[in-house]
Amino acid sequence: MIRKSLLCLPGLFWAGQADADWAMNMPRGVTELSAETYGLHMMVLWVCVAIGILVFGVMIFSLIKHRKSAGAVAATFSHSTTAEIIWTVVPIIILLVMVIPAAETMIKMEDARDPDISIVITGYQWKWHYKYQDEGIDFYSSLARTSLEARSKGADVDPYDVDNYLLEVDNPLVVPKGAKVRLLITSSDVIHAWWVIDLAIKKDAVPGIVNETWFRADQTGTFRGQCAELCGKDHGYMPIVVEVVEEDAYQTWVASHH
Amino acid sequence: MTTAVAGAHEVHDDHGPEKGYRRWLFATNHKDIGTMYLVFSLSMFFIGGTMALVIRSELAIPGLQFVHPEFFNSMTTLHALIMVFGAVMPAFVGLANWMIPLQIGAPDMALPRMNNWSFWILPVAFSMLLSTLFLPGGAPASGWTMYPPLVLQTGDAFPFLIFSIHLMGLSSIMGAINIIVTIINMRAPHMTLIKMPMFVWTWLITAYLLIAVMPVLAGAVTMLLTDQFFGTSFFLAAGGGDPVMFQHIFWFFGHPEVYIMILPAFGIVSEIIPTFSRKPLFGHDSMVYAAASIAFLSFIVWAHHMFTVGMPLSGQMFFMFATMLIAIPTGVKIFNWIATMWRGAMTFETPMLFSLAFVFLFTIGGFSGLMLAIVPADIQYHDTYFVVAHFHYVLVPGSVFAIMAAAYYWLPKWTGHMYNERLAKLHFWLSTIFVNLTFFPMHFLGLAGMPRRIPDYATQFADFNTMASIGAAGFGLSQLIFVYILLTRKKGPRTTAEVWENPQGLEWTVPSPAPHHTFEVPPHVGSKDGFE
Repeated sequence: MIRKSLLCLPGLFWAGQADADWAMNMPRGVTELSAETYGLHMMVLWVCVAIGILVFGVMIFSLIKHRKSAGAVAATFSHSTTAEIIWTVVPIIILLVMVIPAAETMIKMEDARDPDISIVITGYQWKWHYKYQDEGIDFYSSLARTSLEARSKGADVDPYDVDNYLLEVDNPLVVPKGAKVRLLITSSDVIHAWWVIDLAIKKDAVPGIVNETWFRADQTGTFRGQCAELCGKDHGYMPIVVEVVEEDAYQTWVASHH
Repeated sequence: MTTAVAGAHEVHDDHGPEKGYRRWLFATNHKDIGTMYLVFSLSMFFIGGTMALVIRSELAIPGLQFVHPEFFNSMTTLHALIMVFGAVMPAFVGLANWMIPLQIGAPDMALPRMNNWSFWILPVAFSMLLSTLFLPGGAPASGWTMYPPLVLQTGDAFPFLIFSIHLMGLSSIMGAINIIVTIINMRAPHMTLIKMPMFVWTWLITAYLLIAVMPVLAGAVTMLLTDQFFGTSFFLAAGGGDPVMFQHIFWFFGHPEVYIMILPAFGIVSEIIPTFSRKPLFGHDSMVYAAASIAFLSFIVWAHHMFTVGMPLSGQMFFMFATMLIAIPTGVKIFNWIATMWRGAMTFETPMLFSLAFVFLFTIGGFSGLMLAIVPADIQYHDTYFVVAHFHYVLVPGSVFAIMAAAYYWLPKWTGHMYNERLAKLHFWLSTIFVNLTFFPMHFLGLAGMPRRIPDYATQFADFNTMASIGAAGFGLSQLIFVYILLTRKKGPRTTAEVWENPQGLEWTVPSPAPHHTFEVPPHVGSKDGFE
């Protein structure tokens, strides 16, 4: 295991398409906005890498070249207005280049108008409750029994023997592919946060406040997440599973819940 | 150069330090109080570090092996509170007590009795905080951010938590007042503000930040107290309050707090790099302006800790832009340090090694900070191990490495002996290797989707967690070398007053070890003194 980790370290910057059980980078996700978020993440990462190579390069050059043991004699200069103007103005330009696409994505993220489906999500210590507003479906979603058996201290079950340990629920959220799903997120006790990385959604569930967000999944599949805001002793044990299915499978699922 | 007038004991009856416990309990001497702060800070560093090792042991492999989830949460909570308020902040106050009078040519701090009080409050505050481990309901487990309503579920520990934070705040405010009064009133003649060494400058700015924000924290926790016991509903939705308001108030304190823990580190590094580059600090004045700009900006970026709470779009935009602005003065500082090294004649004694690692690794923490400023990406990073990696990079190889650098830099001045350089270099290399092994993999964990503050995790996160746990154990053990170096501090050869090769600053004009009383007559500061 460890050897694998060490071998993969140099691969950090090429890890964009890492597979699911060996992830070291943000996934691209399955919505338009998750792909944009991934793009922003990679853009700022590469900008940082470029600045890092430049700055650390100069520093390392100086550390090698300007050492007393190499016979360097200290210069005496202590300012240079030109240099200081350059390294104040250039970063401003770089920041502006990064901030504009970020702002564009933020505007899209806030636009939850005209949804196809609205789901009210309520956080509880320590499970989620989902209520489909128009379909009249509602249910709780808790950690799956398989994980429950392995999670306690000194459990007989090895976590490696459990499929999707700590990331499986009894009743997943089911939504159709391509539909605009509006989420209305709140809590009944303490603050939780509903997070599914492939949907690029993380929104706090705050008691007394209803937060709004939305997603439109472009692929079918099972997408997993966890509560992201410390909510007490079982904070680590309230996962989220979203199943994105074809429209007809969704209709069958809805019908089976009546 | 400066005329050394220290140790002018013949001019009056010498009164050395008192003997026994009275020297420490009734201490009013800035050097003694500085030493007590530093020793206190080091002991808290080990207590908080032990808690970190409990956390890392539990997270070494998937499944729950050692502790229950509630105790795990107590460990993360106490680790943070102890490291922030007990280790990093007192270390900087201790260094300020020792070095500010020596650097500005003052005989002592301006308010010595308050100085005594502000130190002795701390052991009381932390005894109170640590006593919660033994109370019914356990120690606080809501994270050091103490978000309601969760924090209101704390057991009997709750009022102890609130009052210990009040005491820590009181101590910080008194320390800050003392530092401001000393710097403003007690500088040697001709040491104008702009000529002050960078460590003094950054501490002056930090002290104003402390006075501005510690009362805000006190207000926030007092509102928690009245919500819990006196029927108010500041943060309770059921009574018409707003839980998110606590986060706004907390982070209005919390973000300047971040700079309280890094600005003195900037000052330290700005002292050390010129000494070992044998070249004056590049852009002294722009360093001062950059530190002041960072301090100002720290008041208008607080909600970047809260991009997922559901803020209006315009609010998110403002806090994103303001946050990114911080990169500019911070960049100026890093560029100035590198320009100081450029065409210098560098040597690599331990203080310099720690300072260089600071510049490298703090910059990495700065990069992840820039990434976190991009709101859509932050929504993915928020409350994951990416954030844990980010703030540990700025706090451990940032603040803590700067404190280590300062300790090695000034230790010969304090003791009169050179520390064991070979062991110190070993301490440096082990610390640097293990700190990266601990915190670098956390970036990957966060990006891949591991939330922070969880006692157990899905199996795909196992490898990086194991690496981080090995790194943490190594880092913790490496710090024992530092303790050994401190215990054998007087075994090394005696040092001169200057200690290093032609260092600048008034502290190098007094003998080593610095006598109990220094600068009873103000030194003369020539136009060439200071890091200009």
